[in-house]
Amino acid sequence: MNVQTIVGLEIHVQLATRTKLFCGCKLGFGDPPNSNVCPVCLGLPGTLPVMNRTAYEYAVRTALALHCQIARFTKWDRKGYYYPDLPKNYQISQYDLPLSFDGHLEIPLEDGSAKTIRILRAHLEEDAGKNLHEGLDHSRVDLNRTGTPLLEIVTQPDLSDPAECRILAEQLQRLVQYLGVSEANMQEGHMRFEPNINLHITDDDGAEYRTPICEVKNLNSFRALERSVAYEQWRQKQQWQRDHAYTQENHGKQNRGWNDDRGETVFQRAKEEAHDYRYFPEPDLVPIEMDDAWLAEIQASVCELPLARQRRFIEHYGLSAYDAGVLTAARSTAEFFDEAVAARGPAKRVANLITQQGLKIANERGCAVGQIGISAARIGQLAQLIEDGTINASAAAAVFDTMLTDQRDPETIAREHRLIQQSDAAALAVVLAEVLAAHPQAVADVKAGGKKTKKARGFLLGQVMQKTGGQANPQIVNTLLDESLQ
Amino acid sequence: MEECTALQLRDGIARGQYKSFEVTERIFERIERREATIGAFISTFKEEALEKAARVDSNIAAGRKVGSLAGVPIAIKDNLATRFGTTTCGSKILANFAAPYDAHVVEKLEAADAVIVGKCNLDEFAMGSSCENSGLQKTVNPWDASRVPGGSSGGSAAALAAGMCYGALGSDTGGSIRLPASFCGVVGLKPTYGRVSRYGLVAYGSSLDQIGPFGRTCADAALLLQAIAGHDERDSTSIGETEAPVPDYLADLDRPIEDLNIGVAREFFEAEGLDPAVERAVREALNIYEGMGARLVPLSLPHMQYAISAYYLIATAEASSNLARYDGVHYGHRTGRPRDYLDVYYASRAEGFGAEVKRRIMLGTYALSAGYYDAYYLKALKVRNLIRQDFQAAFERVDALCCPTSPEPPFKIGQKVDDPLTMYLSDIYTISANLAGIPAISIPCGLADGRLPIGLQIMTPAFTEDRILRIARMFEAATDYHARRPELKL
Amino acid sequence: MSEKLTAEQVRHVAKLARLACTDEEIAEFTEQLAAILQYVGQLEQVDTADVEPLAHCLPVHNVFRRDEVRPSLTNDQALANAPQRDGEFFAVPKVLDDASA
Repeated sequence: MNVQTIVGLEIHVQLATRTKLFCGCKLGFGDPPNSNVCPVCLGLPGTLPVMNRTAYEYAVRTALALHCQIARFTKWDRKGYYYPDLPKNYQISQYDLPLSFDGHLEIPLEDGSAKTIRILRAHLEEDAGKNLHEGLDHSRVDLNRTGTPLLEIVTQPDLSDPAECRILAEQLQRLVQYLGVSEANMQEGHMRFEPNINLHITDDDGAEYRTPICEVKNLNSFRALERSVAYEQWRQKQQWQRDHAYTQENHGKQNRGWNDDRGETVFQRAKEEAHDYRYFPEPDLVPIEMDDAWLAEIQASVCELPLARQRRFIEHYGLSAYDAGVLTAARSTAEFFDEAVAARGPAKRVANLITQQGLKIANERGCAVGQIGISAARIGQLAQLIEDGTINASAAAAVFDTMLTDQRDPETIAREHRLIQQSDAAALAVVLAEVLAAHPQAVADVKAGGKKTKKARGFLLGQVMQKTGGQANPQIVNTLLDESLQ
Repeated sequence: MEECTALQLRDGIARGQYKSFEVTERIFERIERREATIGAFISTFKEEALEKAARVDSNIAAGRKVGSLAGVPIAIKDNLATRFGTTTCGSKILANFAAPYDAHVVEKLEAADAVIVGKCNLDEFAMGSSCENSGLQKTVNPWDASRVPGGSSGGSAAALAAGMCYGALGSDTGGSIRLPASFCGVVGLKPTYGRVSRYGLVAYGSSLDQIGPFGRTCADAALLLQAIAGHDERDSTSIGETEAPVPDYLADLDRPIEDLNIGVAREFFEAEGLDPAVERAVREALNIYEGMGARLVPLSLPHMQYAISAYYLIATAEASSNLARYDGVHYGHRTGRPRDYLDVYYASRAEGFGAEVKRRIMLGTYALSAGYYDAYYLKALKVRNLIRQDFQAAFERVDALCCPTSPEPPFKIGQKVDDPLTMYLSDIYTISANLAGIPAISIPCGLADGRLPIGLQIMTPAFTEDRILRIARMFEAATDYHARRPELKL
Repeated sequence: MSEKLTAEQVRHVAKLARLACTDEEIAEFTEQLAAILQYVGQLEQVDTADVEPLAHCLPVHNVFRRDEVRPSLTNDQALANAPQRDGEFFAVPKVLDDASA
């Protein structure tokens, strides 16, 4: 028996504009209920929507990053349904002429290969408000979120397992953050997922079956996404095995909800019973015509995308996949890295400084690595000092910490703190000679070979370090030691 | 003072010859005497109006600059949002609704220092041709209290005709300014779609609705239009200042148009149910134009016969969506004892809406529903395009089109309420201008039986309101129908 | 388009439009709407094979607003017309369905 899992994903991304899609109310999170509302987003009689230009451009920017075709002519439609969090009882969205279509996104799989997921379309629409009824005998409606701009991205059913869904979601999160179009903060509900899952089963006789396509509604974490897809994979197979008539032909599409506590999906409604949305062109909004000049302008705002940047760091700079991943997790980090390297900092050294020290501090402070107090140029300089042996790694760490509050160049700081590595072989040779003369037993131990060699070498090295106030370049001392003990 | 036009009054007040306060007091005296019979106003604002009038008077006395309508008492249709009072749309579902904002045109009127005296009755949510569909009160025709004032802006037209204001605003989706203007013997203008901002106009048919002026004369209509026309960034369908700048509508008003070509569409005069008195009056009007040097050009608008069908699918489809928000949840009437949250919707709407509104919502819902969208709504949009093309072709040959506003003089109250389809056919002449988005005006052109007003309708290409007003003025200058007044015993 | 409208269809439409109707109303609406649909059915005769649907009369595209914050209403203003309120919220009888349509 062969079982293939087929998943198509619908993702809603909240755009990071200052104001709502159709009115000047600000976007906020956790603000007092019904405090970011106006006659327009409340749907009061006589009010009219006006399109937020930035929201539209963010949407197009994202669509371009997803390699989509951008519609030269696009229009708006009303999607009608009744719900207390939808004050007009219709949502302004896009139906038959979305602003973009036919794109794709490459995702890196866990085995190191890459898979291309096709994007069917991406369009703009407004969000609804919130109904709350936990522990109440009635429902409370908060319309702050009504009118928030959402980018709806729909993939083709190209995903084949729960992990791929999670990876796609993560890549998309990073992408929209990179593009600056969304904060994609999961805690604030900036991304919501609705996977559509079914199985294509070929049994041992060669007969083919397709289980009903089940849409899991309103997931707002990567974990819930992965778990619910996994659950559906399992549940549908179970159900089919019990009853081979459990098919798309017999049951049609259905909606299911995810219960996170129990880790299972629950049947909600058959798609046939679903609302007839009665889509029709939105008469209050005029269509949008995209010309070449405008498209070029938006295209220019699309930065180097995260996966491409990650690859460049690996191929061009020779960084490890892990380091490249860490450095490209946030666009600001990646740009900081590029800037430091452009200031002639050797890539691997710069990478280490950022990943081992810079990001630690940045994470503690909850800020970007470029805001901890050290410029990218200074990082570059520091990296160069390590590379050319002027200071050693532990000295570098100390200089780094000093640079957080000291604006001077690293070499000056190192000098001041007597951290410049002594790399003059001749001078070190003199010190070494003194040390060897003073400790003949250790010299003998080293020459003798065997178990005591390593310890004796370490001792001698330590003595040289002591005599030079910790500034001797260990590599050079070692080399001199080897030479003198021939 | 009472026989003044709005323009004459405006000038008189500006000169200090009249005091707005006294004028406004007189208006309210009339309202107090006549409203019991006419029933034009849903709400009036005597205190506020007098306060505003007094302020205008004092500003003028102090030599300060005042607006173009300073001190002139104006009435507005009650589907225009106002921060003061209520905005009921003639419906029980909004009977107590107090808007927290003013419509764009209300802001414009106030900036022009007009004195808003009250908000007028209408067919519920502007759906109707007789004003009989109001869920709140009845309005009668000042010329004959047993007859309808026309709809849906019946209250505005009746208030003006009965001398209870000097000008009024209405809205027109399928004829709702022009028909009452015709029935009440006043001038009523529907501007080009996009000429006046719809922000604050409670939507009925969004791609058809326009706000427009009622006046005693063409000059008054021009004066009011001037005050409210122009781009508004809050209405995406409001035409930009560069695309169609607002001209001075009064500047050339009295200058007749030379070499005027007037199109007379065959279909208009072949229409079923055209009353002989109306036909006579309109043909006479056309003769008068000919006498002034105009050329009458017979032509055809071949898709005219489909206008009502196209309209009643498009308007109701949009309405079914626009009125979905009246659900008793966030504002408006909520049913007393809902069984559950769904009941809030079903019962509030059933209780709050009148029969005609329900009918149109259902018709529109049906036209948009799965399986019927292509055959009804989409088809209607295509026919709309053909109708617009008919007008475009006609305007390549003529400067204007003339026809009756209504197929008949004002009909009796109760005559058509039981047959919706018959009521819809009243719109036969007015509806196509909304579908095509072009401006159209109705001016008084006769009296059936010497006492029931008949209106002449003129239509011109988009954004040529200055032309339409001049053409209308030509007829007005040559006749005296605009000076006739209903006999009001009070 | 030529089949006559049934009461069942009218009931369905009333449901889509969230209008509670009595049986009498359904019967009346069925008759009236059937007559209207009969009339508008004349559109079938019109040849619209190569005709574009005209949703907007206005020759206008690309109308936008800048992404600038404007003052919102106060909470009291927002709830001023609410049939029922619970503090800063609108109140409705408990909503039982899931959050999406």
